[in-house]
Amino acid sequence: MKKLVNLHPSKPLRWVLGALPFILLIVLYIAASDARLAENAADKLLPSLSSIGEAIKRMAFEPNQRSGDYLLWVDTWSSLQRLFFGVSISATVALVLGVSMGALPLARAKFSPLVTAISLVPPMAILPILFIVFGLGETSKIVLIVIGITPTITREILLRVREIPDEQIIKAQTLGANSWQVIIRVILPQILPRLIDSVRLTLGSAWLFLIAAEAISATDGLGYRIFLVRRYLSMDVILPYVLWITLLAFAIDFLLRKVSFFSFPWFHTQQKGAGND
Amino acid sequence: MTNNNTTSSEISSSPNTPYIEFNHLWKEYGDQVVLEQINKQVKVGEFVTIVGASGCGKTTFLNMLLGTNSPTRGSILLEQTPLADEPNASRGIVFQRYSVFPHLTVLQNVMLAKELEQSPVLARLFGKAKRQALDEAKEMIDAVGLAHAADKYPHELSGGMQQRLALAQSLIKRPQILLLDEPFGALDPGIRADMHQLVTKLCAQHKLTVFMITHDIKEAFTLGTRLWVFDKLRHDTQAPGAYGAQITYDLNIDRNRASAEQLAEHEAILADTSIASAG
Repeated sequence: MKKLVNLHPSKPLRWVLGALPFILLIVLYIAASDARLAENAADKLLPSLSSIGEAIKRMAFEPNQRSGDYLLWVDTWSSLQRLFFGVSISATVALVLGVSMGALPLARAKFSPLVTAISLVPPMAILPILFIVFGLGETSKIVLIVIGITPTITREILLRVREIPDEQIIKAQTLGANSWQVIIRVILPQILPRLIDSVRLTLGSAWLFLIAAEAISATDGLGYRIFLVRRYLSMDVILPYVLWITLLAFAIDFLLRKVSFFSFPWFHTQQKGAGND
Repeated sequence: MTNNNTTSSEISSSPNTPYIEFNHLWKEYGDQVVLEQINKQVKVGEFVTIVGASGCGKTTFLNMLLGTNSPTRGSILLEQTPLADEPNASRGIVFQRYSVFPHLTVLQNVMLAKELEQSPVLARLFGKAKRQALDEAKEMIDAVGLAHAADKYPHELSGGMQQRLALAQSLIKRPQILLLDEPFGALDPGIRADMHQLVTKLCAQHKLTVFMITHDIKEAFTLGTRLWVFDKLRHDTQAPGAYGAQITYDLNIDRNRASAEQLAEHEAILADTSIASAG
């Protein structure tokens, strides 16, 4: 018998071990739901799987009686749009700021304290300000995401640029590169995969800010719907929505990882030894 | 070697006039003197190997030649004009590590200098210009013996291959001066011998003036035409930073004689300095 630290599960066993907690959770849920429903058939806290299925059908595959929309898809579309614009704007701004601060000492001296100060402002605390300044429309929600995650990504990018060995920057100059060429041929290509990493890590916060903004002021969106149906204790809608959001978050993360993998093979094969990403 | 026609033609000075001059070079950090009174002249095509104990200012000296560090007093003249105080295309460099770009393949790494030169905004070439650059890069890669690995990324190469790549990358730019900062320090002895041959061949071919720092005294004798020993002549135990290192020995090395023989000849001198143990 090998020592426990040297015991690696085979591939099928790994799948089983990984799936087990999920199966356990579902079984636990069904048991608890059955028990509550047996006591009170009108209980709304832990709806049965069939009523959840009913709710999914109602939200996703039947037009809403009042508006004629397929609510789940309308909500998903609006939320993803906000998330996309928020994250794209953040990533772009952070890339420009982070790379220029990392590469140019003058830019670093000028902007670094500002970015640090802004990153310390709790974004949720200025949400009212955003609503006052940008109104209750799309802008304020996107701006909240941008304010929430840009400083984090910027600081991350700045650190990553500073991590590029000086030797490379000097070498590029001895090959005749000017400042601009150093940035676009040496720094930028090495930073892009790290930008994707950083976006993946901040997506969690982006969702948080999105749902918070939608909960407070919106007429559609996944966060809006959850907080709307909360008034009727509609756990049968809330639970699938939460699962759906989780699934979306996972899909986006997966997609970004694949994009990074195919676009920057040198980055990932280089990292292989360091850990599984 | 087939391409003897690729020798550098930019060098204007005749072989006997000083090419690089160090005039009263002095470097201090605060009240810590690192180097003092460096007065030397170097001619075109000389291969200067630099040895000395750790922390005696060899790297500081090389950085001043490179332009990343400037002298506190004194000057470095390149053909009678002061050396640019930032790195530029006149001086190539190979560091011990991190000299190549991890996100570019071998071919792209070598081609980079051409792209930087011909395309100031995009730093990328297309069409005919790209084919020309590719051909030139391939020739250079061939010369350092990396033809079979042209499409590999640096992390897929061994340490010796990476240093070959770093050399090819620098030499395609046709620098007049090549700076080597312990380029073979991390390599196995067998690979090191191969690299010595390669460097000797390429430097002669490109008529390069070379400054190389090394910890290996045998290497210094094998490669150099001139050997400089950096050492402190004066010590003040109360204030270790009060005096800096100088060039204590400046030996001419005859490449036609076995390096071991010359090494033995100078053993007495070298034993006197602190590098004997390091070698």
